[in-house]
Amino acid sequence: MIFPENLKYTKDHEWVRVEGNQAYIGITDFAQKELGDIVYIDVTTLNETVGKEVVFGTVEAVKTVSDLFMPISGKVLEVNSKIDAKPELVNSDPYGDGWMIKCSIDKTDELTGLLSVTDYKKLIGV
Amino acid sequence: MKTIALSDKHIALGAKMIEFAGYNMPVSYSGLNDEHATVRNAVGVFDVSHMGEFILKGENALDLIQRVTSNDAAVLTDGKAQYSCLPNGKGGIVDDLLVYRIDEKTYMLVVNASNIDKDWNWISSHNTKGVDMKNISDKTSLLAVQGPKAIDALQKLTSVKLADIPYYSFAKGNFAGFDNVVISNTGYTGAGGFELYFENEHANKIWDAVFEAGKEFGIKPIGLGARDTLRLEMGFCLYGNDIDDTTSPLEAGLGWITKFTKDFTDKNFLLAQKEKGFARKLVGFEMIDRGIPRHGYPIVDAAGNNIGVVTSGTQSPTLSKAIGMGYIKTELTKADTEIYIQIRDKNIKAVVTKIPFLKK
Repeated sequence: MIFPENLKYTKDHEWVRVEGNQAYIGITDFAQKELGDIVYIDVTTLNETVGKEVVFGTVEAVKTVSDLFMPISGKVLEVNSKIDAKPELVNSDPYGDGWMIKCSIDKTDELTGLLSVTDYKKLIGV
Repeated sequence: MKTIALSDKHIALGAKMIEFAGYNMPVSYSGLNDEHATVRNAVGVFDVSHMGEFILKGENALDLIQRVTSNDAAVLTDGKAQYSCLPNGKGGIVDDLLVYRIDEKTYMLVVNASNIDKDWNWISSHNTKGVDMKNISDKTSLLAVQGPKAIDALQKLTSVKLADIPYYSFAKGNFAGFDNVVISNTGYTGAGGFELYFENEHANKIWDAVFEAGKEFGIKPIGLGARDTLRLEMGFCLYGNDIDDTTSPLEAGLGWITKFTKDFTDKNFLLAQKEKGFARKLVGFEMIDRGIPRHGYPIVDAAGNNIGVVTSGTQSPTLSKAIGMGYIKTELTKADTEIYIQIRDKNIKAVVTKIPFLKK
């Protein structure tokens, strides 16, 4: 499993990539493996401001469904349209083309509360 | 947690393991969709050794089986098997099972892993005429080799002519060098193939022989995840999901294994239910709008009134659409009836569909 050094992680198995005052959010390699073949991603909060740890959508896999939580507070600015047609991108490229949403960063101090790659690996025991 | 004979082998093969019915079982290997397609198009092997096997032997073995099961075991001849269920005396189902007739006085019952103790106690409590009962579950391994290429792969390992074993029939013979292997033309996938019953100590060698024989057909190990999607595409019931102690065999669409020509537990109750009709029925449905039905989701009508509950659901890997089964008020169970599945507080449109979902 791959866990890029330049990302921040959460205990809910999501990653955050900061670009200026915006952030890209997706699920980790560990999460996609646990879920198995992903069928679709349902983001119900486009253009809404969503608080930290509040559900912004759900991910449906063949076997199971899982909520997606905001790692930080922010407005959901964009949903990755590529994964609508090709949800398997979340399985094959979770940190690249399989990203899920782009959001604003409303409270910069929340970023420091996210997990480093070392802490996240510790959490999942790898 | 209990282990099966080949637990270590599955772990070494990279399987994702889960606890299922108290056993450490492989749930997936290469990925659910890939495993599912392997079984539909070629050949795959499920280790379902967690399942339970009872041997019933004696003058009154058939009599006992007739009283506790719903199907008519008297029609079985040596080498024949049938699907059946154990009514629970309260209109529900103790378990669904396979009944194998080894000979006139010897039968093998194959039951769900989660119900081994419950079934054993239930059948024992009806054993008033001294039938010799043996629970061989812990020393028996079961591989389900399923898919259109299963017959070609397995034929290399036995002199028993597999093409001569009809569906729901079996032969006992030498397989991969081991005697007394039960080779059964059954399975729960709708993909064709055989199930092999043998003693645990042969498990490693038989597994290896099957994979060597199946190599040219692209044989792969398959987990319980794909077993569930394969059975659901066929509309086969899973105990604990679609049938349980509160569902009657008639409601579940198992009237075809409920034979009123003999005496059995709940016969009178079920006969009355058949004559009077029942309020709900298990049906298949397909999602029209986007959503995946899951066990326990409410089913509602266009006005939002509750009309039933989902018992099984998944994204069908073969059909690439979301399918499910559930109990619905009988008057709303005609094919093409529009229904709605409540998924996270939203009512998503679906339509009642005839099962099997996968047409031949």
